[in-house]
Amino acid sequence: MKAILTTVGQDKVGIIAGVSQFLSKREINILDVSQTIMDGYFTMMMMVEVPEPEVDFAQTATELEQLGEQLGVEIKIRNEELYKAMHQL
Amino acid sequence: METAKILETIHMISDENLDIRTITMGISLLDCIDSDSTKACEKIYTKITTKAKNLVKVGEQIEAEYGIPIINKRISVTPISLIAAASRDKDYLKYGQALDKAAKTVGVNFIGGFSALVQKGYQTGDETLINSLPQVLAETDLVCASVNVGSTRSGINMDAVKQMGKVVKAAAKKDVMTNAKMVIFCNAVEDNPFMAGAFHGVGERDVVINVGVSGPGVVKKALEKVKGQPMDVVANTIKETAFKVTRMGQLVGTVASKRLGVPFGIVDLSLAPTPAVGDSVAQVLEEIGIEQVGTHGTTAALAMLNDAVKKGGIMACSQVGGLSGAFIPVSEDAGMIDAVNAGTLNIEKLEAMTAVCSVGLDMIAVPGDIPAETISAMIADEAAIGMINNKTTAVRVIPVPGAKVGDTVEFGGLLGHAPVMKVNEASSVAMIERGGLIPAPIHSFKN
Repeated sequence: MKAILTTVGQDKVGIIAGVSQFLSKREINILDVSQTIMDGYFTMMMMVEVPEPEVDFAQTATELEQLGEQLGVEIKIRNEELYKAMHQL
Repeated sequence: METAKILETIHMISDENLDIRTITMGISLLDCIDSDSTKACEKIYTKITTKAKNLVKVGEQIEAEYGIPIINKRISVTPISLIAAASRDKDYLKYGQALDKAAKTVGVNFIGGFSALVQKGYQTGDETLINSLPQVLAETDLVCASVNVGSTRSGINMDAVKQMGKVVKAAAKKDVMTNAKMVIFCNAVEDNPFMAGAFHGVGERDVVINVGVSGPGVVKKALEKVKGQPMDVVANTIKETAFKVTRMGQLVGTVASKRLGVPFGIVDLSLAPTPAVGDSVAQVLEEIGIEQVGTHGTTAALAMLNDAVKKGGIMACSQVGGLSGAFIPVSEDAGMIDAVNAGTLNIEKLEAMTAVCSVGLDMIAVPGDIPAETISAMIADEAAIGMINNKTTAVRVIPVPGAKVGDTVEFGGLLGHAPVMKVNEASSVAMIERGGLIPAPIHSFKN
């Protein structure tokens, strides 16, 4: 499944490394990535390919939230279709 | 996709209370009819627990995968007065209990359809069902009931209006919460996913998935960006926001229907408030420019809001249905509660507002000593607004035994808390005692 992973929060050393390492350990491939500072916040968007059924999506989402707490940022992963539905016809 | 668009969606969900209010599975019980009520109830239990076995699980999967909250999973069934009529039971408690048990087994939040459609007259089942209402509502937890007493095509059944006033009073005596689970309608719709008024119409498919979306907070936030601009700009902003919100509903409905193997029915794009901060329809109206909901201008602002929500939503999904508009339940909306407490909003203004939005006098607490005939008269007034304006109207008033005007009643959860409101004390007894039928209006004769 294609999913969009968003990471928003205070910028600091090791956010990209932390997220990428987590994904690579679970064989989740990064298809596209963009990163910017928006209103003073570190804002990263990643398009990823979550292999199913090998990876449990709900569990991964929970683990990513925990990782976010460790890194001091908010990490969310959602099926890409959600954003397409709202913004594309 | 652009970062800004992705962030907009995330803010709507995380900060502005955008949610899918309900996934409601409509289930026809017409094939469960049996002259032996025990057998009928067994068939009902089996059908519901089979068809809706995975409803909650699939709902939770979608929540996790799409990261969008789905607040309620619900079931609506064919009006029980039609299903139970073949039995000769003196009351339908057994049917209510079968629904309650099935709902608990599959883990849904509510089950609607303990209903009767009596807009023109009673069949045997209707009478028994209505008589059973106070007991069934008091002795079940998840069963929701509705009675349709009028329609534009057939007029208003004033005998039913008269009886429902007494039913509301009798139910209140048993338990104050009973009336939160019962709606009295005019022009009830057959595909409404929202409670307490959901039932599965006889013209519907065997099983269907309907979705109700919400998001007053999202609309308010969007309007904050067009402060001081003309009303057409406001209307357009509401349309655009409603479009986006409805797209969520369409997506969730499509995915749920695919995973459950059940056809997708409609999206109901209603702005349904919750007691949560920032999830208020009243505050949307106040953002439009009235100091507090209930003051002059409220009806116009609400009319525009209701219409713009529909216009925005209609193109965003394959089929719109249900009530689709803005809900104004007093107890479930922090802004409405504040306005009542401040004396800005009263029942008379709420009645005017129901003429231009999608429901009626909803979740209004009134003193427990209110005469049954006054409740009937309130029902008659709402039904008249619905009948003449060709729209759904409803009454969900909650007489609170022992309470006086100004007291506060706590309902809990999504139902919130409500100030007990003042009711006009002049009598309506002689009119209600007449009974009979208010004939259908002239504009109903379209053939």
